[in-house]
Amino acid sequence: MSRLNVRKTYKLYINGEFPRTESGRFYPVRAVKGDEVLANACRGSRKDVRNAIAAARKAFPVWSGKTAYNRGQILYRIAEVCESRKSELEGELRSLGARKSVAREEVEQTIDRWVYYAGWCDKYPQVFGSVNPVAGPYYNFTVPEPTGVVGTIAPELPSLLGLVSRIAPSLVGGNTVVAITSEAAPLAAITLGEILATSDVPPGVINLISGFKKELVPWLTSHMDVNAIDLTGVAEADVEKMKILATGNMKRIVRFDAEKVSWNDTRLAQSPYAIYDFLEMKTVWHPMGM
Amino acid sequence: MTKATLPVKPETLERLSPGPASAFGLAWDYSPAPEAVDHVRIKPRYELFIGGQFVAPQSGRYFETINPATEDVLSEVAEGDDADVDRAVREARKAYEKIWRKVTPSERAKYIFRIARLIQEKSRALAVVETMNGGKPIKESRDIDVPLAAAHFFYYAGWADKLEYAFPNRNVASLGVAGQIIPWNFPLLMAAWKIAPALACGNTVVLKPAETTPLTSLMLAEIIQEAELPPGVVNIVPGGPATGMALVNHPDVNKIAFTGSTEVGKKIRASAGSKKLTLELGGKAPNIVFEDAPIDQAVEGIVNGIYFNQGHVCCAGSRLFVQESILEPVVRKLRERIGTLRLGDPLDKNTDIGAINSRAQLDKITEMVASGSEEGAAIFQSSCSLPDKGFWFRPTFFTGVAQSNRIAQEEIFGPVLSVLTFRTPEEAIERANNTPFGLSAGVWTEKGSRILKVASKLRAGVVWANTYNKFDPSSPFGGYKESGFGREGGLHGLRAYLELT
Repeated sequence: MSRLNVRKTYKLYINGEFPRTESGRFYPVRAVKGDEVLANACRGSRKDVRNAIAAARKAFPVWSGKTAYNRGQILYRIAEVCESRKSELEGELRSLGARKSVAREEVEQTIDRWVYYAGWCDKYPQVFGSVNPVAGPYYNFTVPEPTGVVGTIAPELPSLLGLVSRIAPSLVGGNTVVAITSEAAPLAAITLGEILATSDVPPGVINLISGFKKELVPWLTSHMDVNAIDLTGVAEADVEKMKILATGNMKRIVRFDAEKVSWNDTRLAQSPYAIYDFLEMKTVWHPMGM
Repeated sequence: MTKATLPVKPETLERLSPGPASAFGLAWDYSPAPEAVDHVRIKPRYELFIGGQFVAPQSGRYFETINPATEDVLSEVAEGDDADVDRAVREARKAYEKIWRKVTPSERAKYIFRIARLIQEKSRALAVVETMNGGKPIKESRDIDVPLAAAHFFYYAGWADKLEYAFPNRNVASLGVAGQIIPWNFPLLMAAWKIAPALACGNTVVLKPAETTPLTSLMLAEIIQEAELPPGVVNIVPGGPATGMALVNHPDVNKIAFTGSTEVGKKIRASAGSKKLTLELGGKAPNIVFEDAPIDQAVEGIVNGIYFNQGHVCCAGSRLFVQESILEPVVRKLRERIGTLRLGDPLDKNTDIGAINSRAQLDKITEMVASGSEEGAAIFQSSCSLPDKGFWFRPTFFTGVAQSNRIAQEEIFGPVLSVLTFRTPEEAIERANNTPFGLSAGVWTEKGSRILKVASKLRAGVVWANTYNKFDPSSPFGGYKESGFGREGGLHGLRAYLELT
């Protein structure tokens, strides 16, 4: 007799833990071809979003207070753990319809993207900071600082590479993140939560919520304690509405346009300018004298 | 145009500030020292500046612009409506497509250098008109506004042919037509902050100066003509909020840059559509004085932080946080010091506090100050006398201010300081960050490590340590949180006017 599989319950990832949605709701994740139900994912709620934002806010001083070297090591650790769970991630992408070679390529690029961004942690301040030659007896310098809590709406596809490509640059800069995963294909993203939890990422630094974007995105976009919103996973037609919601507290709005740039583009889909989008430039003056 | 200076009366000074400062005040007084105005000619009427020409507005409307220190009418100025804005945008588009984008970067630079030089050549006239139209003391317009405006053009001129060095591994491209809306507190300087980087990056411009202070922008238009900048590269359309919104809503504008209130900034953002946007908005800056600070220097910094330009400064240090142990000497010295500030004729070279920019702003300040008293804070005001005509407000500060008071949360944009106290650095940082704003901050301490730590914890775009209200074209300026986004000045200021591909 063949052995009965142990199925995994796919849950949310909030504050370093894996709660079910407080709403108790679910939605079926189906294979692209056929009607097979792959999992019952959590249909996250407004309250889940708020809990995640509270966790991200609490984690902000922890994460932004780490040394750049340490942040880089943790991001590199994520790559290592992704590598060791490569076949699981590939399997999840394939179960949702990706061909074997496509799933493999996406996972490999995801891992490489973590490595790429891990290396930026202790370098972008030198690229984007400056010492400014002011006309007077002052020492004046500009340093990049994180914007704060970033809300990220992951694209539907590629569900893993798209998510990682958008959250990694925020993390490099010292921000904490609340991400809404691909609605139709959340499985690999939720597994990513398990990877993060075992990669020394402090609780609350990254929070992942699955559910219906139409329901969740406006809450995340309008929340007054979110400092920047990444609308990559929002259709262009809806961007204007979200922009108005984001204006209550002057959120920074960022959107990677996947219509124009391929996710595989290693010059434009990953770059220090993506880190810059979630940074604030701080300029400090001090007199010079004897 | 000039008025007699109104000296601080000895008896009021005596009452306000017993001690050494008053001894000086009693021993000497200043004679009036008005700046000459005979070399300045303000035209009786100014038209719109569109396509390199001064043209009558299609709106047919003109508005009077006054001297807020005397309420005398200085000139009448054309008011642009939707049709005028459209005309200006069309000229800017034409100039962009047909001329400016084809001008080589090094030639572009030379045009901008020319503008910088002409501002320097005409600096005294610009300073006088800035003071007459806006009410700010001549020593500020002469020594700060106008030289910095020239410096901004000079700085960005040099960038025009060096942009590829600013953004590694990216190609840079201009955006097109930039719509720019500027405030009344630093009229010429804000025009320079906006126009200089836009031109350096290869864009053309439609600028709307503030309703109460259009004159130096229109003098800048004359300078732009004299510099032989191709017609339509810079267009200047005075007017009020409707004129600004016409620019924001215009479909053929690629970029909006706005400096002004957070309230208006939010409206603009909601209307700007897909246009690239930078906003430099309000502030409620904390100025934190630790017990080891050099108190006399700190008091000068506090005074400069809040009373500079009558407090009409988005980055004004309007919330003073004093460590409890030194509250008494700081407040005493502050009282003495504001008693020696000379309020009066802005054209007088000895004047410290000029006129409030407009009656509307005076009303707003008055209302906010009333709320401070109503909410229970203790008020201290200089007892200097006020001129009979014009808009004036005495240097004022409140003690016993609670974090939740309106005067500790809302921008007043006037010469009004809220004094709060703290015990530990952690408390100071926590309370300093506790507003929706994040434009600027000050910190005063002799301890270097504390400066660096506190500066890193303050959520503000500019931190002045042991100084305040310093500006330079090479120094990026702009806010965190609801104080806006994007930077002006420095290499970082280029990014607002370029597309990186």
